[in-house]
Amino acid sequence: MIEYPRPRPETQPVNQYDAYRSTHRRAPRQPAIRLPHTISELTGPLYGHNPIGETDNDLTRHFPNPPQGERIIVAGRILDEEGRGVTNAMVEIWQANAAGRYLHSRDNHPAPLDPNFLGAGRTLTDADGNYRFTTIKPGAYPWRNHHNAWRPAHIHFSLFGAGLLSRLITQMYFPNDPLLPLDPIVNSIADPDAQARLVSAFDIAITEPEWALGYRFDIVLRGRCSTPFEESAG
Amino acid sequence: MSHIPSASQTVGPFFNFGLTTNAALGNLAGPGVEGERIRLSFRVVDGDGAPTAGDAMIELWQADTAGRYPHPLDPHGCEAGVFHGFGRLETDLNGCCTFETVKPGRVAGPGGSLQAPHINAMVFARGLLKHLHTRVYFAGDPANADDSVLALIPEERRSTLLARCSETDPAAWSFDLVLQGERETVFFDV
Repeated sequence: MIEYPRPRPETQPVNQYDAYRSTHRRAPRQPAIRLPHTISELTGPLYGHNPIGETDNDLTRHFPNPPQGERIIVAGRILDEEGRGVTNAMVEIWQANAAGRYLHSRDNHPAPLDPNFLGAGRTLTDADGNYRFTTIKPGAYPWRNHHNAWRPAHIHFSLFGAGLLSRLITQMYFPNDPLLPLDPIVNSIADPDAQARLVSAFDIAITEPEWALGYRFDIVLRGRCSTPFEESAG
Repeated sequence: MSHIPSASQTVGPFFNFGLTTNAALGNLAGPGVEGERIRLSFRVVDGDGAPTAGDAMIELWQADTAGRYPHPLDPHGCEAGVFHGFGRLETDLNGCCTFETVKPGRVAGPGGSLQAPHINAMVFARGLLKHLHTRVYFAGDPANADDSVLALIPEERRSTLLARCSETDPAAWSFDLVLQGERETVFFDV
């Protein structure tokens, strides 16, 4: 059986975080009610997506011509709380292009769209929990949260693990980005170590000669195996 | 060695080209799946009553009509196939989206009890740094009276978890998802 200890609060963002303006009218004000984990929470979606296509994890090959920008490889492992690789985890990513512009009708940042870049991809982890994407390094972009607000370059990650409680949507950042300490979305996480774990690391072993720099980004999903003799929570 | 789960970050406003391009995920139960077919419509509003126009996403997870999840941890689980139990849609400019599914059966609860029919829902949106967990129950279902999860909720707030059936169409159910303010939906700490 897998059990899901509650994360330490300081390692996760709080929803009522004033410096991120969009929370003001959207973050719930009533305290959340603590839910014992029943079969509804311990199970979760494993299927229901379309089959993965051959180029779904290579965002530079979605069009006949390559996109503009710095080609990079982003790879890592999806782990559970015991450090075991999560097999067959669905990993979906989406991001801005090299100029910091999303392929979205309501992104009005005056930076060019790239006709050769969609900016979305997905893959399944292998038997050891490994995943790998080839993409373009996204640009930073301005947003209207406060005066002169800029999001650090980031790639959005969406993950499905063993059960409903391992569901995670997060963002991957790049090392040594001077915008990181200024970003309210990063700063909504109180624990500096938990912030740092969202920053990828340059990795020469992932880097491909004459081709692309590599970044390592490991993600830990909720869930750990209990011994067969332990009762599951709830 | 214990690893600490990675922190959540907001889905942001621009997720749709990455996450919600597959409209087929609005149907949790394909053709031929047994059960009472329903359409479940959500309307998501913020603390001002304004709809989450195009920048919120709802994911659903539910059991089939016999109360079986298509998952190996369910000892009575069903095969994943035309019933996959998972749905995902973005909200439109009016904060709305509509899923097609079958009404779920009762699943096991604590201490040998049965839970009332419910659908597990998660809300992701610009302005939510962590997604929210809630449950959709069905107004008028007699099993609601002894559901162990509903019993955890102060009585005056329980009705926020009830989907309402249309007076003219018994297959049409609607659920108001109020992120903040009066009639704020009950969200769970999981």
